[in-house]
Amino acid sequence: MTIAIVDYGAGNLTSVKRAFDHLGETCTVTSNAAEVSRATKIVLPGVGHFATTAGLARSGVQLAIAQAIDRGIPFLGICVGMQWMFTGSDESSETRSLALFPGNCVRFPATVKSPHVGWNQLQISPSSRLFSGISDAPFVYFTHSYRAPLVDSTVACCEYGGQFSAAVERGHLFGVQFHPEKSGEVGLEILRNFCKL
Amino acid sequence: MLTKRIIACLDVDAGRVVKGVQFTNLRDAGDPAALAHAHAANGADEIVLLDISAAHQQRATLLDTVRRAAKELFIPFTVGGGIRTLDDAAHVFAAGADKISINSAALADPSLITQIAARFGSQAVIVAIDAKRSTDHNDEIPRWQAFTRGGRTASGLDAIAWAQEAESRGAGEILLTSMDRDGTASGFDCNLTRSVAAAVRIPVIASGGAGGAAHFTEVFRHGHADAALAASIFHFGIGSIAELKRQLGTENIPVRWPC
Repeated sequence: MTIAIVDYGAGNLTSVKRAFDHLGETCTVTSNAAEVSRATKIVLPGVGHFATTAGLARSGVQLAIAQAIDRGIPFLGICVGMQWMFTGSDESSETRSLALFPGNCVRFPATVKSPHVGWNQLQISPSSRLFSGISDAPFVYFTHSYRAPLVDSTVACCEYGGQFSAAVERGHLFGVQFHPEKSGEVGLEILRNFCKL
Repeated sequence: MLTKRIIACLDVDAGRVVKGVQFTNLRDAGDPAALAHAHAANGADEIVLLDISAAHQQRATLLDTVRRAAKELFIPFTVGGGIRTLDDAAHVFAAGADKISINSAALADPSLITQIAARFGSQAVIVAIDAKRSTDHNDEIPRWQAFTRGGRTASGLDAIAWAQEAESRGAGEILLTSMDRDGTASGFDCNLTRSVAAAVRIPVIASGGAGGAAHFTEVFRHGHADAALAASIFHFGIGSIAELKRQLGTENIPVRWPC
């Protein structure tokens, strides 16, 4: 039972690892495709530029993730990791993504400050497994300049210069735009729900 | 709605939390890790740890403090003080910081902002500006100068222009300290904060001068700050962060409460 936290050189993954450690989960930070293939759950964090996800294709990790998803392995994308589950992003339009959810990630409009940094409130869908047991309208911590559109699989939406997808969920696929590892008790509860799957 | 952040700052020297009044007369307020966790439990939206010990041999102590504080801290955690190179920043991130704050080193070599942002992302880079009102300007439009080395040396740069340059070089946030107000508990410098907030598109954290809840309301409403930072009022019991947030809520300032 090992959670693979995929390292693709986009910033700092220690806080994600610490959160899973705190929950008592066995997890490993890895950039190795074979190790990703062996994992019982996969987490793709990301705090950098969308283009850095291109490294996943080169290293074979993208293929390992796609195959694991086909086998029904639960997958959680965080921040850029969630954006990578969409068709693409204007931040780097040539970068190929997993394209599990339709739509393109775009910049915030000029009417609001960007990046969107801080604690914002979510509207959550009561049927979501990721938000199971979490009270209405929780606050979570965001830091991002691009946002994903609302789609059929959106289970949490957030308002900042218009509404966007704060979380998506379909079957064993999950994505969150915010940082559950930095969102206090609410964030830990979300990660706990993912671990329980 | 995006809430206004309340940030608890820990000024640390040789592994202990201290707080100066206008950068001198330090008082000991305890263990950084314990205080960080207490503030988080009490409703702080973020923790900033500033290492104010100048001595280089204290770096190992600092990294150990960062490690201990970060271990069970699940809210954003910024570390600043003494970060001179990309390597220094990398060590602080590896110890558990989510963001780093740079001040003097960025003024000495602005490309450092870009280097750290390129490797760790702009969201991880806060440029701290210690701003002091210029006394040689009696005109209607106030001016502020950026200071370095813990407020000891004038940089010659206009604080607003420097904030804009920091943004263009990849800073994710500005931590703006009013040296005129720091430690006075007479309120944030709303004029300074509003001027910088209007000049950049990235979030501005107001610092220096917090003495009570009304000062926070003021700096959010009139200073247009995205976040406000304080140290001593939280450590020495003038008001808990929970109580501050409750009061801000009654003033219709959007805050994360209950947490």
